[in-house]
Amino acid sequence: MNVSGVTTQGSSTAYVQIENVSKRFGDFAAVNNVSLNIERGEIFCLLGASGCGKTTLLRMLAGFETPSSGRLLLDGQDLAAVPPYRRPVNMMFQSYALFPHMSVERNVAFGLEQERVAGSEIRRRVGEILEIVRMTDLLKRKPHQLSGGQRQRVALARALVKRPKLLLLDEPLGALDRKLREHTQFELLNIQKQLGVTFVVVTHDQEEAMTLASRIGVMNLGEIVQVGTPRQIYEFPQTRYVADFIGSVNLFEGSLIEDEPDYVRVGCADLPAPVLIDHGISAPPQAKLWIAVRPEKIAVHREPPSTADNWAQGVVREIAYLGDLSLFLIRLESGREVRVTLANNSRKPEEHFTREMPVFLTWDAASPVVGTG
Amino acid sequence: MRWQHHPGRLASIGVPMVWLLLLFLLPFLIVLKISFSEGILAMPPFAPMFEWSREWVLTIRMHLANYRFLFTDALYADAFLYSVRVAAVSTALCLAIGFPMALGIARAAPARRSILLMLVILPFWTSFLLRVYAWIGLLKDDGLINNLLLWLHLIRDPIHMVNTTFSVYVGIVYSYLPFMILPLYANLEKHDPTLLEAAADLGASPWKAFIGITWPQAMPGVIAGAMLVFIPAVGEYVIPTLLGSANQLMIGRVLSDEFFANRDWPVASAVAIVMLLLLLAPILIFQRYNQRELERGA
Repeated sequence: MNVSGVTTQGSSTAYVQIENVSKRFGDFAAVNNVSLNIERGEIFCLLGASGCGKTTLLRMLAGFETPSSGRLLLDGQDLAAVPPYRRPVNMMFQSYALFPHMSVERNVAFGLEQERVAGSEIRRRVGEILEIVRMTDLLKRKPHQLSGGQRQRVALARALVKRPKLLLLDEPLGALDRKLREHTQFELLNIQKQLGVTFVVVTHDQEEAMTLASRIGVMNLGEIVQVGTPRQIYEFPQTRYVADFIGSVNLFEGSLIEDEPDYVRVGCADLPAPVLIDHGISAPPQAKLWIAVRPEKIAVHREPPSTADNWAQGVVREIAYLGDLSLFLIRLESGREVRVTLANNSRKPEEHFTREMPVFLTWDAASPVVGTG
Repeated sequence: MRWQHHPGRLASIGVPMVWLLLLFLLPFLIVLKISFSEGILAMPPFAPMFEWSREWVLTIRMHLANYRFLFTDALYADAFLYSVRVAAVSTALCLAIGFPMALGIARAAPARRSILLMLVILPFWTSFLLRVYAWIGLLKDDGLINNLLLWLHLIRDPIHMVNTTFSVYVGIVYSYLPFMILPLYANLEKHDPTLLEAAADLGASPWKAFIGITWPQAMPGVIAGAMLVFIPAVGEYVIPTLLGSANQLMIGRVLSDEFFANRDWPVASAVAIVMLLLLLAPILIFQRYNQRELERGA
């Protein structure tokens, strides 16, 4: 299905352009000078803790809030003067906001009725979209007669039936239970691929963002702190906030020992050996640095390692068996606790660790991330 | 059976039941009985319906003449129709004025809502009779409104307002407006504001969102408010007596005249019964609607 017949701008400009947009409520800047480009057909996730401004940004795209400054462009059109009911943008609300007095069918048809589409055309398009979300057999039901997952699908159909240029999703999976979420995530991806609509998703759930998004914009205190693919965000966080916010991580503070173009060596008070990192960094020699090592990138041994760098020594404090993984809390000699996860590749691990066992930790030079921010 | 274990429940249902039985059903049956009796000059002014003759034969005399009389004399039909018309127009006016007010209160900041609601209820602090009397002072030919308009040179001669249908509308709308606003507010206050955002998002202008989303959802409140205004307004006695014209009587006035001026209790009772039957229709519609709403909610 084609998204719309509207002329496309040159490929040099992005589909959605957010230019220096701010939104202030009194003295408080909910969104602070955000600039962002979103490409056509993309699933872009705005990820952040509650109160970071992601929902305000979404509501500005929908037209429910007006920016205090800055510009919003969709497909080259400035949205400033366009009221929400004239925007080629639809939103799937966190609460779904289905009309309680209308059947599934009427809910979905509502948007088309506003456009004065012919009755036969409305029926055809409603049928078509309900088929895509697999809700054709519950046409006459009222929202209160549906399960959470069914409501979510109706809300999605209602927003998609208008063939918006941009679909905004506010915590689309937030109200679903865990089993259903996983299933729905992939369904959502399928539908997006099928229809080619550009999605902007707001979520505080990084797992949701990771599976859905082609790109993620991490927000904090009203600002975008990093934009990248899920892998970039996870593996190469640019700031300490992003490193800490996404996934679990072991953060250390240190300072430069050796600074070469293709590697750096950092000394940390909490670690007995220097940390060798296989990428350079542009920082003044005395700068305070942070180092992040993901728990799954650390190996645990009983024997002392032979390398001079990238190791630590400690005692196993806790072991949590999670089925696919085991989580170890290891207390270093400095008193710091480090999280390590090991995949349970076999049923009977040959290397069996127990509590209070002294162990050695090692990691690759490619694993740690170092930064100044 | 179950009630034996729940004496509290029995009491809570039993007390209003006894109350209704003694103070509503019993008087109603008495009125019904009188409506079928023959009017005579006596004390009480109607012939007994049941009589034991000397041979121990029970004779029951039921006069339909009182009802027939209601349909032969145009006065009664006129009064009924006029009452229904006045009540219907007043209800519509109350809705037209009350709905925006209720919506305004429901959408005001929470802290301000209670103040606004208080202002709606405030007139009840003064006597109803006094407030209706006050309208005479406002509306009469040398009353406040006419004097003000004359002083402003907007009119040359006073407008005759009091003792017209207009002044009856003013009185009823003024007196019954809170009964429209309160149930409407109770309904509108529960509306989810995101539904209106969703409607706007789907392309509905504010007006269309109101028609498509707010209005249908407000229907239970509209019906409750309309009933609370319409039913008492049909039988309204004080307002048309004080503010209405002497040529056009509302049924409440006719009823009281029959009872107290004519002392024709049987005809008065017949009027009361017909009025009750007339009001039964809207009450039944309301009941059925409520029932449906309850089933839908379950």
